[in-house]
Amino acid sequence: MPKGSFRGGVHPPENKERTATLRTVVARRPSQVAIALHQGSNCPLTPTVAKGDYVRMGQKVADTDEKWGVPAHSPVSGKVVSIGLVRTASGVEDQAIFIEPDGEDALDESCVPVDNVFSRSPEEIIRIIRDAGIVGMGGAEFPTHIKLSLPPGANVDTLLLNGAECEPCLTADHRLMVERPRDIIRGAQIMMRAIGVSRTLIGIEDNKPDAIRAMGDAASSAAGVEVVAVKTRYPQGSEKHLIKSVLGREVPPGGLPFAVGVVVSNVGTCAAVSNRFDRGLPLIERIVTVTGSAVAKPANLVAKIGTSASDLIEECGGFVGQPGKIVFGGPMMGMAVSSVDVPIGKGTSGILVMSREESEDLKEMPCIKCGQCVDACPMRLEPVFLHQWSNAGLWDEAEAYHAMDCIECGVCTYVCPSRRNLVQAIKRAKFEISARRRAAKERGSK
Amino acid sequence: MGNTKLIVTPAPHIRSGDSTPAIMRDVVIALLPAAISAVYFFGAQAAVSMVCSVAGAVGAEYIFEKIAKKPVTIGDWSAAVTGLLIAMVLPPHVPVWIPVIAGFFAIGVVKLLFGGLGHNVFNPALAGRAFAIAAWPALTTSGYLWPASAEGAIWAVRGFDAMSTATPLTLWKMGEIGGASMSKFYQSLFVGNVAGSLGETSALALLIGAVYLLCRGRISLRIPLSYILTVAVITGLYGQDPLFHVLSGGLILGAFFMATDYVTSPMNPKGQIIFGIGCGILTALIRMFGGYPEGVCYSILLMNAAVPLIDRLTRPKRFGEVTSRA
Repeated sequence: MPKGSFRGGVHPPENKERTATLRTVVARRPSQVAIALHQGSNCPLTPTVAKGDYVRMGQKVADTDEKWGVPAHSPVSGKVVSIGLVRTASGVEDQAIFIEPDGEDALDESCVPVDNVFSRSPEEIIRIIRDAGIVGMGGAEFPTHIKLSLPPGANVDTLLLNGAECEPCLTADHRLMVERPRDIIRGAQIMMRAIGVSRTLIGIEDNKPDAIRAMGDAASSAAGVEVVAVKTRYPQGSEKHLIKSVLGREVPPGGLPFAVGVVVSNVGTCAAVSNRFDRGLPLIERIVTVTGSAVAKPANLVAKIGTSASDLIEECGGFVGQPGKIVFGGPMMGMAVSSVDVPIGKGTSGILVMSREESEDLKEMPCIKCGQCVDACPMRLEPVFLHQWSNAGLWDEAEAYHAMDCIECGVCTYVCPSRRNLVQAIKRAKFEISARRRAAKERGSK
Repeated sequence: MGNTKLIVTPAPHIRSGDSTPAIMRDVVIALLPAAISAVYFFGAQAAVSMVCSVAGAVGAEYIFEKIAKKPVTIGDWSAAVTGLLIAMVLPPHVPVWIPVIAGFFAIGVVKLLFGGLGHNVFNPALAGRAFAIAAWPALTTSGYLWPASAEGAIWAVRGFDAMSTATPLTLWKMGEIGGASMSKFYQSLFVGNVAGSLGETSALALLIGAVYLLCRGRISLRIPLSYILTVAVITGLYGQDPLFHVLSGGLILGAFFMATDYVTSPMNPKGQIIFGIGCGILTALIRMFGGYPEGVCYSILLMNAAVPLIDRLTRPKRFGEVTSRA
């Protein structure tokens, strides 16, 4: 296997040209933000403010004692107008804190830069990252402090920055790398200190030469930091595949990157770390690529977390014709939302507005066993069989065919000439297998 | 904007644009050179035969699905492909009702009774041929007439009449021709100016179609190449002319168009090579030691039955299973 790539995958039309060269623009202040209390980590947060309270920008508004949770902060100064239900990207209704900005953006006194970063202990750095509400900004919202808290005995030698941005249409990370390369590298240096490594590699797909150049220039003055151009191939930005491409190592099944000596972090997450340490700001805003054929003026917006999709789409000139789908994230793994009022979260890298025609649901045809899904699966699974087992409810078979290894990249469904929704069936199998494992564990502990 | 109706479906939200009918259409296109050469060498009856078998196959699909009150799937082109292939593996001169019935059997019994597209164990076209030959042996084997253009050809070992219904492989089986080098026959075998099943004689026409399928990414070389090479190696080791065996009979048609049928061939690269080698061994054994001069049809059908086993034995090593720490 040549370096810079992996077996399988696809190269869908990139459709990034709409926004790839557009400088990021700070989005207008929304009339209201909704801070969801149930974030990617699955730990519900408890509000630390009440209805009617005045909050400052950067002030903590919700937190949890759970190890896997991170606090949420107000992205604006203003008044807590209510704590109630909001529809989130996952389709469910969830508790959220609604804040109406007062237009002042008065900063909370807790928002002060951290001095003498490199004389601080790793534990202290990790705690500051956690308290800043930082999670993986590539989409999965995995808590960064968990990622950086390596188990005893872990032998990690490399911090790998994920600048692949392999999802079509999205250019949020691309613009961040072009416009703020020094912040990313600064964040990486802080993370290097936290996990005790002296090497950082930055994997960037070779369809972003300007980002490779900008990051390379910024890295040249940083010891141990190096840019590696990788092949433009979806899902290059899957951490397992980026590790394979950049370092030639394969994370074992069920394992995490540290099993092969690597910690992977999205470039946006690094910039968020730098924002906290150098500017004092917790994670309260992010770059969102608003794009798609059914939005008038696509843009890369710096938006407050909790801004609704409708606010951002309106800022981009509104819809062109009738929109069909609005997708949070990219077209391969993003989630279609049921309402324009859904607020963006920390992992929302894009809002894709698709036209009616593009959103047409394709009729499934019988599987002809062409094997394209097997050829394309980057995890080297056999989606064709997993799909069969899942539809037949044969969870043991699905488990034996390694359903749990599926990274849900969607490549199998993308290539299927019979338009079968393979990945959805595999997700279902994963859900059932996990539920059964949990049940077995509970039985065992009784 | 507040009350915009939105469509919600699971990811991914884009598709490659490929489709099953497009794949089938490509196979039909790839078969056209062989179909044209069949009409050129065997005359209008070849065209009639092809129309009849396609009609039988597509008709069977339509009628059976209507009876079963299921959606009619003739629009996916798969029955048309099967029909065309059936005419191509039958002799050119047979009563017109034979390709009709063979097509009907292939779709009605071999494909639909097993659950329709994607569920059949055996290649429908080959099973249709096997059925026709078993049912009407005299009518079918007498259909191998030589093309008129082959009159006075080098094949005339005991006068042209004597071999009027003997294919090159039959002549070889009878010991009329043979040996380690049969180079004088290469040219007519390559262009197709010999007796044989309707669509199998012209290696040239078949290879043009095969190149089209390869270029379109519809097939890989794994099955055809391992199949053909295996036949060449075994016949060569037994002192026969390997190229004669590659160019004769249904090997090229079978290797590129039958053994590569997605539904009835293995899914994984390793399995495909095992499948190709298996087909090759069986074909060579039948030709050299079996009762028939040709074994492509039965070899592929036998290997079809082994596909689920092969798939099970050749499952890919998943990502990370061989952990490497560079």
